[in-house]
Amino acid sequence: MTILTAGTAAPDFSLRVTPEQKLSLSELRGKPVILAFYPADWSPVCGDQMALYNEVLPEFQSYGAELIGISVDGAWCHAAYAKDHNLHFPLGADFEPKGAVSRSYGAYREGDGFSERALFVIDKSGVITWSYCSPVAVNPGADGILQALEELGK
Amino acid sequence: MAKLSIAVSSKDHRQGDPAAPCTLVEYGDYQCPSCGQAYPIVKRVQKHFGKRLSFVFRNFPLSQMHRYAESAAETAEFAAAHDKFWQMHDLLYENQDRLGNELWIELAQELHLASAQLTEALETKEFQPRVKADFSGGVRSGVNGTPTFFINSVRHDGSYDFASLVEAIDQALE
Repeated sequence: MTILTAGTAAPDFSLRVTPEQKLSLSELRGKPVILAFYPADWSPVCGDQMALYNEVLPEFQSYGAELIGISVDGAWCHAAYAKDHNLHFPLGADFEPKGAVSRSYGAYREGDGFSERALFVIDKSGVITWSYCSPVAVNPGADGILQALEELGK
Repeated sequence: MAKLSIAVSSKDHRQGDPAAPCTLVEYGDYQCPSCGQAYPIVKRVQKHFGKRLSFVFRNFPLSQMHRYAESAAETAEFAAAHDKFWQMHDLLYENQDRLGNELWIELAQELHLASAQLTEALETKEFQPRVKADFSGGVRSGVNGTPTFFINSVRHDGSYDFASLVEAIDQALE
């Protein structure tokens, strides 16, 4: 499976971001959106990708961008993880049917049953302008995302 | 391959000769346990390479996760303004299990720095811009957690145990 590339329309989705609430990609039309698919909540702490993005969030927001983290963990798991890490952005639960959204972006690992560590930057009209798939064990950092957001502004 | 986007300069905190053939840059967080583990390893690596290596420390506090990381970094920058960065850097890592305001004051006194001035600097966030600039530059260089090391400006993606760092630096020196 290869991930969707620049120029492709971003598949819409509606995912639970809290046990009571859903978020659709189409609701964010008009703003740049960063999708960060990742394998699982609760990976080791200091090298944690979502914790890093939480710190970089003000820089993402300076481009007017919205960030959504997505994994196959359920909404209650996300809630506990977000609370523990003091996360200030939504985590989508790609939980039922499992991995369906990840699959639609080409970012699902069939054998493992979890998402790839894949990043997408989507422009305000809903088109993917940049994507990157990192080896599962390597935190891709935020430099690629910031560069892609900078490109959008040009 | 991630590369250092902000070149090492005289504004950096550096140990060793600026003309050394190898420069090791660490982006670190004083409250990060992994950085605490890396601290004595870096000392050993510095001793091992002697004059062939210079070492630079830049701030990368994960302040949403570590409540004392930012003020620890600002405390070290305050010490730097009085030419005592490395003493404070070392003391912070050596006392990582008891970070907090009381420790900042105690360490300032130990280094003969005016603790009232430190308290004021922390309250007015005098050194926050410096810490933020380090962080922001680090993000753009591909820092993806703490500690992240750069050897001659190239991100070191391997492990940071003594043998791995020595091997990577040896390669850079070849």
